[in-house]
Amino acid sequence: MKSQAEAFLTNSIYINRKRKAVVERAAQTIFSFCALFSILAVASIALYMVLNGTPAIFQVGLKEIFFTTAWEPTAAEPKYGILYVILTSIVGTALAVLIGVPIGILTAVFLAEVAGKKTAAVVKPALELLAGIPSVIYGLLGLRLLMPIMYKLELALFRDSETHRFTGGANLLSATLVLAVMILPTVINISEVSIRAVPLSMKEASLALGGSRIQTIFRSVLLTAKPGIVTGVVLGVGRAMGEAMAITLVSGGSVNMPMPFCSVRFLTTAIVSEMGYSSGVHRQMLFTIGLVLFIFIMFINLILTKILKGGTKGA
Amino acid sequence: MTDNVLSDDTLYNRALYINTQYDDTLYHKRKKPLETFLLAAVYGAASISILLLLGIVGYVFVKGFRNVTWNFLTTVTSTLRRTAGIAGNIVNTLYIVILTMVVATPVGIGAAIYLNEYAKPGRLVDLIDFATETLAGIPSVLFGLFGMVFFGEVLGLGYSLLSGALTLTLMVLPLLIRSTQEALRSVPDSYRSGALGMGASKWYMIRTILLPATMPGILTGVILAVGRIVGESAALLFTAGSGRLLPRLEGDFLDNLGRLGHKVFDTGGTLTVELYLQMQDGKYDVAFGVGCVLLAIVLCINLLMKFLAAKLG
Repeated sequence: MKSQAEAFLTNSIYINRKRKAVVERAAQTIFSFCALFSILAVASIALYMVLNGTPAIFQVGLKEIFFTTAWEPTAAEPKYGILYVILTSIVGTALAVLIGVPIGILTAVFLAEVAGKKTAAVVKPALELLAGIPSVIYGLLGLRLLMPIMYKLELALFRDSETHRFTGGANLLSATLVLAVMILPTVINISEVSIRAVPLSMKEASLALGGSRIQTIFRSVLLTAKPGIVTGVVLGVGRAMGEAMAITLVSGGSVNMPMPFCSVRFLTTAIVSEMGYSSGVHRQMLFTIGLVLFIFIMFINLILTKILKGGTKGA
Repeated sequence: MTDNVLSDDTLYNRALYINTQYDDTLYHKRKKPLETFLLAAVYGAASISILLLLGIVGYVFVKGFRNVTWNFLTTVTSTLRRTAGIAGNIVNTLYIVILTMVVATPVGIGAAIYLNEYAKPGRLVDLIDFATETLAGIPSVLFGLFGMVFFGEVLGLGYSLLSGALTLTLMVLPLLIRSTQEALRSVPDSYRSGALGMGASKWYMIRTILLPATMPGILTGVILAVGRIVGESAALLFTAGSGRLLPRLEGDFLDNLGRLGHKVFDTGGTLTVELYLQMQDGKYDVAFGVGCVLLAIVLCINLLMKFLAAKLG
């Protein structure tokens, strides 16, 4: 009985004033440290990215890195031009977004506006599953399912070409398609939420003016949901830009101009596939590639916060 | 009934005929080709998305389930016996999940409590929000690079489960903060003022009122984070490495406990890393087997989330 009374006293609000103040202060301090942890993490990641990414720039020179295209880090006379690598990431991401975003938005329209309640209740959780599938599995499927098809297509297209270097299906287009599938869940989810958030009065107004269902969806609903959809697209861009494991094996092994049927190397895949055996300047260069990727992602993040802030101001 | 009185059917047919002649009226709008096309596009896109999902899940299960045998799950790959097994990788995955969550959950909940209950809106909160948002957007390869340099080289952990778990802690932190914050926001203010009005101190109020009320939300965040960890590969490749050995258990209990504890300093590849390495080696059967196991885990996590959401109402 006594211990119970003690427990009651130490846990209750009748605890003595001094001790209470100490506990209160301790709790607040601990929580503030937890909150500062995010800042600390981002600051140290940024710091280490810069610290490790810049030595190679001084050693190799900005001009060679960013304005030449030859990437031969293991040659006797190594060359460290990453222009093609950067361009590949940009082109690959843009193409993936170009393919994935329309499909994603239209699927979101289907879920929020066209499908019946029962259909949506089955389809939506299924599509949420798509977001949880690990990226290596996308890579595995790209390798075993997509690449053979792409190789056939490549053989058919370049049968008479003498200059084309066959990639066996591991090329920019394959990687782009894998990326397009991977950004679908992000785009679908966020677009659907913002379409559902469109006030009913918007739809009613359009229908009352004689607009058909399709006109209402495409001219009224989607326009109102635009900020949310743009957020989804930007998040998708970030995801496509940063994805590594899914496209390492389907993008091919060499650095080339980003053309659909060329074997290419992305910023991310360069890091993943070369980090294992790199050393010296080569390794430092991989960190420089990481730094370039980091800058791209920070840029995308800035755009995102701008949009989100604009959204809350409008509301 | 005489012949010169028209039946209802005929009248209707005539009306329909007239309407098709003037099909721009409000009541009989002409279906424009663009509209038909857009509707078809909506259905088409939805079917593509659904077929993709079914295709992905179906293909992996069809290709992989034959390889998922009891031996595959409970033994370690042996070149001598030429058998493949992923027991070591399963154990490594468990280690990473537990280690990461043990560190990340308290920090994430603490940060959310600070942001929601203590902090006053201002520069600092904006900065923390921005940092959390940024952290959520950083790709896992970069977490891997950072973890390799900071935990691996600066802190001297090398390629180890601990190094991998600490790296993933940073990665799942935003997820935990966001979901806890959302849960805290959904607690009505009357709960807070009720407790404070009765003389409870702030920490007492948080501990006895807020935390129990937000538990389902926090749990949702935790499960989401576990899903993220199980599926992560790029950040672990450079930090936790690719070891696939089981901890050797022999002797008395305390020795074993020590060995299990010491394993956090050993290198260890999770299921996803193993899948990647097998795929790189061209051993696709094993890769699909691992993929099957991974998909099963992801499915379970999803079902658990649905169950929780249903319980929440």
